[in-house]
Amino acid sequence: MIRFEGVHKWFGNLHVLNTINLHVRQGEVVVICGPSGSGKSTLIRTINRLEPIDKGKLIVDGMHVSDQKTDINRLRTEIGFVFQQFNLYPHLTVLRNITLAPIKVRKVGKKEAQEQAMALLERVGLSEKRDAYPSQLSGGEQQRVAIARSLAMKPRIMLFDEPTSALDPEMIGEVLAVMKDLAESGMTMCVVTHEMGFAREVADRIVFMDHGVILEEREPAAFFTSPQHARAQQFLKQILSPMH
Amino acid sequence: MFHYQFDWGIVTSGKYFEWLLSGLYTTVQLSAVSIVLAFLLGLIIAMMRMSRVLPVRWFAYGYLEFFRNTPLLVQMFFWYFGSYKLLPEAVNDVLAQTNFEFTAAVIALTIYTSAFIAEDIRSGVRSIPKEQMEAARSSGFSYIRAMQYVVLPQAIRITIPPLINQFLNLTKNSSLAMTIGVAELTYQARQVESYTFRGYEAFTAATLVYLALSLFITGLVNLYNKMVLMRMRGE
Ligand SMILES: Nc1ncnc2c1ncn2[C@@H]1O[C@H](COP(=O)(O)OP(=O)(O)OP(=O)(O)O)[C@@H](O)[C@H]1O
Ligand SMILES: [Mg+2]
Repeated sequence: MIRFEGVHKWFGNLHVLNTINLHVRQGEVVVICGPSGSGKSTLIRTINRLEPIDKGKLIVDGMHVSDQKTDINRLRTEIGFVFQQFNLYPHLTVLRNITLAPIKVRKVGKKEAQEQAMALLERVGLSEKRDAYPSQLSGGEQQRVAIARSLAMKPRIMLFDEPTSALDPEMIGEVLAVMKDLAESGMTMCVVTHEMGFAREVADRIVFMDHGVILEEREPAAFFTSPQHARAQQFLKQILSPMH
Repeated sequence: MFHYQFDWGIVTSGKYFEWLLSGLYTTVQLSAVSIVLAFLLGLIIAMMRMSRVLPVRWFAYGYLEFFRNTPLLVQMFFWYFGSYKLLPEAVNDVLAQTNFEFTAAVIALTIYTSAFIAEDIRSGVRSIPKEQMEAARSSGFSYIRAMQYVVLPQAIRITIPPLINQFLNLTKNSSLAMTIGVAELTYQARQVESYTFRGYEAFTAATLVYLALSLFITGLVNLYNKMVLMRMRGE
């Protein structure tokens, strides 16, 4: 589904992705973690070419992402992206946030799009908020709407970049619950997160990055009990300590 | 005051009132047409100014600098007197049949104001977080469509105050059209003055009408946007 082969990327002199090799199969949930600035966001953003790669091969859903001939807008309709800061459209109601792309990009009929949006709002537990504006919602609610907005395009892949980092602690659970539900439905997912409880429970594999390099790629149980790399051990100790 | 007998009747009824009224009508027409065109043209120039195609961006840059930094009166004279030399004979013949003063005034007001509007829209667009564009692009919108449906609607809403300002400027600037013979409000007030020597009354009336027009435009645009803006801010 997603295949990185020797991918590199630089920001000026900064080698932000270094020889990335990663394969995510259909239906898999991969959690990406690592210290701040290690390149996690950049990695996940290359998958839908929000960041172009400089070298190597990246194949998503059978298409070469960096190939100029690839219809990137078409590819992006197959890939949902959920941001740390939600990025809902503030000038549109919840319902219109969700139906905008299906109607304008996928050319779905308005009525059908609305019915589908209502079903999705039901699924994330927000049907009564259909006419609210994003600014009237809590962070957790906004993020659940953002997930519904992505799902409305019927994507084959969902990408999450620290979806709960901007949330108050009491709202993290509701968003993770929606993501867990999604994972169980068989969605292919790449999730950048420091929610290790979620990773342990939901992920098929955990990818640990540091300085643009993938240092470990293991199953959750193995990663949490016996991390190989010193940097991973240190990272886990920090993130799992009760002080954090 | 200096034994001057005010005669407001001159401008509130009768022939001269009708002159002023027809002037107002022309001013409203001239302003309304130019506002709509200037807004659309300003939008296009703003998009060109932000284009990734270098020559397009340069053209827009030149356009902005040129039309913002030369006097409107000169531009108006240019379109009225100068364009004859530029246009083909056939076009001139057609234009001579029409109300060419009016057309020249619309062109001058539109182009001049569009340059200011373009800059206002551009700074509005720049104030929208780039994540809005990213979110839209991630859903498969092309750059243009993302602008159209996501970025511009937000940018224009926050650009409303400077836009109102430009609309008001345009309406006031439309009085310059009298210099090329458009029978708008100031022109008619001038006519009334020269026929009656009642300049005080005529220009007071014109002033009040311009004031009312300005307040009307402000009210209209504000009304249209109030609810939307308030909803966006969650008030
Ligand atoms: N557009 C950019 N231009 C230049 N440098 C950038 C850009 N985006 C990111 N960087 C740099 O690249 C490095 C990796 O950034 P990235 O956002 O991928 O890290 P991250 O692992 O997601 O970190 P965090 O946990 O803080 O989100 C950082 O040093 C960052 O400063
Ligand atoms: Mg990040």
